[in-house]
Amino acid sequence: MRHALRRLGFFLVTLWGCLTLNFVLPRLMPGSPIIDMMAKYHGRVSPKALAAIEVAFGVDTHTNLVVQYFQYLGNTFTGNFGMSLTQTEPVSQVISGAIWWTIGLIGVTTVLGFILGTLIGIIGAWRRGGFLDGLLPPVFVIATSIPFFWVGMLLILFVSRFFPTFPTSGAYSYSATPSLSWPFIVDVLQHALLPALAILVTTIGGWILTMRNTMVTVLAEDYVRMARAKGLPGWRIMFDYAARNAMLPNLSGFAMSLGFVLSGAIAVEYLFSYQGVGYYLLLAVVNQDYALMQALFLLITVAVLVAILAADILTAILDPRTRTAG
Amino acid sequence: MATMQIDAMAPAAAASERAAGRLWRAIRSNKKAMTGAVILLVFAIWAIFPGQIAHDNPQAFAYGRSLGPSAAHLLGTNALGQDLFAQLIWGARETLTIALVSGVLSTLLSMIMGIAAAYLGGWWDNSLNLITDILLVIPTFPLLIVIIAYYPHSGLIPMIAVLVITGYSYGARQLRAEALSMRSRDFLEAARVRGERSIYIIFVEIIPSMTSLIVAVFLGTAVYNVIAAATLQWIGFGDPNSVSWGTMLYWAQNGEALSTGQYLWAIAPGVCIGLLGAAFALVQYAFDEIGSPALQRVRLSRRRYVAPWRIRAERAR
Repeated sequence: MRHALRRLGFFLVTLWGCLTLNFVLPRLMPGSPIIDMMAKYHGRVSPKALAAIEVAFGVDTHTNLVVQYFQYLGNTFTGNFGMSLTQTEPVSQVISGAIWWTIGLIGVTTVLGFILGTLIGIIGAWRRGGFLDGLLPPVFVIATSIPFFWVGMLLILFVSRFFPTFPTSGAYSYSATPSLSWPFIVDVLQHALLPALAILVTTIGGWILTMRNTMVTVLAEDYVRMARAKGLPGWRIMFDYAARNAMLPNLSGFAMSLGFVLSGAIAVEYLFSYQGVGYYLLLAVVNQDYALMQALFLLITVAVLVAILAADILTAILDPRTRTAG
Repeated sequence: MATMQIDAMAPAAAASERAAGRLWRAIRSNKKAMTGAVILLVFAIWAIFPGQIAHDNPQAFAYGRSLGPSAAHLLGTNALGQDLFAQLIWGARETLTIALVSGVLSTLLSMIMGIAAAYLGGWWDNSLNLITDILLVIPTFPLLIVIIAYYPHSGLIPMIAVLVITGYSYGARQLRAEALSMRSRDFLEAARVRGERSIYIIFVEIIPSMTSLIVAVFLGTAVYNVIAAATLQWIGFGDPNSVSWGTMLYWAQNGEALSTGQYLWAIAPGVCIGLLGAAFALVQYAFDEIGSPALQRVRLSRRRYVAPWRIRAERAR
């Protein structure tokens, strides 16, 4: 209980830290990127939207900083993030449109990577020194040090050379209208294939290595030897005795990685022009759409914080040792 | 007093010499470490003597556009008429500089925040550790982008500064844990009884005995920074007129190298970034195996416990 309270306290402090960082950053910058941005958009968006920006970023120097801070906190908690200048609609609408694409693409890929990577890790450790065990770790050490987006670039190169009609950008074809029909679903899946592959190739290594390494340690435990002595079938020892206990690090890692889904694939979404959270974040940054940028950054951070809290609680439930240690 | 100083210094100096010797032998006998070291050496030569290797000016728009590889242009030219081979060789300089400078600085910051927190304890430990913990959980790459967004096109120094600030926390945490576990060791107790100052104890007693972990932290940060910087430059947050592998990829992307079939423009810098990252990772991998056998398993498992989401969080995608 004390452990849970401490984690909750840390969660709240960190959340406050992020909120404050988001408030302080634009006010700290030398020169004023905000004023530049206002000049750029002057006459192109409604004066009301600009006035909202002035308040949000502290360009309006008449109100004092403390009042601004509390206004900012109030707006954040009521989900009032203002207007997006580039998308000319409220920030909250842009986000609710983008978030599902990201959750769909990166979420599914994360789950797939976790399942595949964990299985490969289990088998690799079980047949230690075998073909899989010898080949995979070095391959993935190298794969994890290659930039994510570059793998995507290679995929685009390959596909545009050999399958010129296969889609390499966007979440669905321009000509298609979103609906729950079969052709549209196929279209979406086709568009998701390349970015998903790029993510899988570069992230699966982490799951494999962690699972393999813990599994190797667990396989040396006495209860595994005991199970062997009892003459249990190999697959039962592998899954029920060893893998079950070796899963913990991977499971808590998985809980956390779900939080990183939103921040996960900024570069990949950008490369494939996939209209998710990361794509809009970069679009907002490049076009100095600071209101959208702030809200997206906050959303991404909160997702991570919640996931870390969840992972902590999950670990505490699954592993009695951490409860007493806290 | 003077002789005592010398006596106290001597073992530390000898220890660091022994550590260096051990390190060299370990690198030589380990295939992974050797491969990594050779790659690093080649890139270092490129970075130091680029003019001797590539005679063309990497920034001159002086040649035919989109030429294929030939004797005059080993990798051909890009759509802007620049020699790709020269760009690749000269690009090593900026990319390596970012890796080394940001790696060294963020390792230093990790040491200051981690070791000082552990050694000073109490209020210092709590507050330094809280800052580190907060920075550890904020998703780094979005933060990096948001900060850079307020400093558009401002070049290398802000980028390195941001990489250092956002990238030190993981190392600080590891170093703090290690320093905490050392706090009650006898040789530190002895130093305190001798009446040594904290500064002396930290620099002469604690830091030398943590060398292998510090090097591991440096290598890990360097890998991450190479990838993060390349990604930022590729998106266009770097100085577009500089010559580096990330900037080459930016121009390749803008020059539609992918759809117009200029493979080498997009592939060559990526291969170099991948090789550089892999070289650091290989040396680091070897380091894990080098540490004393008794400690090895404990440290490995502790690090792996944090690693999966850290790798995922920190990977600049």
